[in-house]
Amino acid sequence: MPLLEVRNLSISFGGLKAVDTFELEIEKNQLYGLIGPNGAGKTTVFNMLTGVYKPDEGYIALDGQDLIGMKTIDINKAGIARTFQNIRLFSEQSVLDNVKIGLHNEYPYSTLTGIFRLPRYHKMEKAMNEKAMELLKVFELDKKADVLASNLPYGDQRKLEIARALATNPKLLLLDEPAAGMNPNETQELMDTIRFVRDNFDMTILLIEHDMRLVSGICEEITVLNFGQILASGETKTVLKNPEVIKAYLGE
Amino acid sequence: MAAVKKFQSILKNKEVSRPLITYAMVILAYLIIQVLISGGILSNLLQGLLVPLCIYSIAAVGLNLCVGYLGELSIGHAGFMCVGAFTSAFFTKCTMNSGMNEMVRFLIALVIGILCAALAGYLIGIPVLRLRGDYLAIVTLAFGEIIMNLINVVFIGRDSRGFHFSMKDSVSLNLEEDGEAIMNGAKGIMRIPHQSSFTIGIILLLISLFVCYQLVNSRTGRAIMAIRDNRIAAESVGIDITRFKLLAFTISAAIAGAAGVLYGHNLATLIATPANFGYNMSIMILVFVILGGMGNFRGSVIAAVVLTLLPELLRGLSDYRMLMYSIILIIMMLYNWSPKIIAFRERHFRGKLHKKEEKEVA
Repeated sequence: MPLLEVRNLSISFGGLKAVDTFELEIEKNQLYGLIGPNGAGKTTVFNMLTGVYKPDEGYIALDGQDLIGMKTIDINKAGIARTFQNIRLFSEQSVLDNVKIGLHNEYPYSTLTGIFRLPRYHKMEKAMNEKAMELLKVFELDKKADVLASNLPYGDQRKLEIARALATNPKLLLLDEPAAGMNPNETQELMDTIRFVRDNFDMTILLIEHDMRLVSGICEEITVLNFGQILASGETKTVLKNPEVIKAYLGE
Repeated sequence: MAAVKKFQSILKNKEVSRPLITYAMVILAYLIIQVLISGGILSNLLQGLLVPLCIYSIAAVGLNLCVGYLGELSIGHAGFMCVGAFTSAFFTKCTMNSGMNEMVRFLIALVIGILCAALAGYLIGIPVLRLRGDYLAIVTLAFGEIIMNLINVVFIGRDSRGFHFSMKDSVSLNLEEDGEAIMNGAKGIMRIPHQSSFTIGIILLLISLFVCYQLVNSRTGRAIMAIRDNRIAAESVGIDITRFKLLAFTISAAIAGAAGVLYGHNLATLIATPANFGYNMSIMILVFVILGGMGNFRGSVIAAVVLTLLPELLRGLSDYRMLMYSIILIIMMLYNWSPKIIAFRERHFRGKLHKKEEKEVA
């Protein structure tokens, strides 16, 4: 059984059919790419997968659990975490706190426990700090734990977003243009990080990307969207040679 | 030596040292004022201001939780003060002749006032927190006014047959000979025992500060700030937006309720007028919060104290009083918020800053 199964997913905004009969199957531990020209509907697919938009029709299942109609927070609890195309960090809080917010549901304690600093507070905060530092170390952010998130350089902000998403202990990680705005060196480093996350966290990753070097470098399979419809889908090398795909990207 | 080192490391951790410095400042100010009172230096006029200072400080701290940490502008907090004041005063009035210990009675009244204000905050929060920004501010303003106006038409009396309730006038309560109208519509509640004192005010202020500081440095506080910083991201990491918004708003209202209880037991007659529970008061508290710095509880207290004392201290200047007041207001605003001045402060006053703030409070 695939980890993520999407069937016949469609959504319209007014008269515009943004995504039309979209299908997707991702196996556990796979690195899957979703590509397509601007406005093809990639981010809309992400927003439907995470419950931000309600699809008009279709079926989404994670590990056999039907996700249609669930709220964003419940979908996160069910095991989908994401990053955003335009970085969305908790900018007024420290790097460490950003990850600790990601750990919100992993180490719960009540508000009263927090106010009166009961033993459970100390136990949970300690475990949270350790876990958060562990995650930050993976992304080489542990030395910047006390820095305000908005003061991080751009590449580190992208990494912090991934760390925060991983903190929620997901089964499936969605990355929305992780390499956007990065130079070739940073992109190379990011590719290593993504591979590392997949191998060490036993993670399944679905990513949207424009950088073909990144896509062909790390994705095992891809799906190409154009005007909301699937243009091609399958093994990365084969799909990228498809003349239809080249036409959609480069024009005639 | 080990103890000294441990103490130094505590002071270095801002999350720990910031509340401690604030508590110390409040206690220091309390002690200084006690000395001044016993020395007979403080005028009666200023002594009369001590409880209001506590009331405004508490309300400002509570509102700061809503404005500074939740990031939602509420200009209806006077309404929650109103609820706290009237429900607690009503209880006190009902149990006045029951022979209950005065302190116990005040404590119960306090709890009732806080709970009722919290309930009002919760109920109003459910529809209001669906809105954001300016719209939320306008609706909280409306609810604040509604509460005040509702209180002005409620008549409750008691006689040997029990309680009577009316929303028309005191005659329609149909009280027996031995009856007494406790809440008298626009005339409010009369002859309330004077139970608020500066000491109680300071204790309540310390408790409010304690609750707020502990809350914002916990899991709940982080969730609340996450919603403020980025609602969509907060949702994506599994934070229940509605729940934590409502929680912060309710606690904020409860603290305003505590300030209201203090207000209700400070004067013999409690009337809800636009001046004390209308939007004037809400705006005034908001000014304290914004001048003191959003997200800075200590700043709220300092701003409340300075801005309440200023008009009194400037009395000697007669006509120029309000002119000076507004100039000082503008200077304080620049001092706190102008990016250039903040940079200047960072460069020159790093160490001296704390001493300066202490002086302002004393």
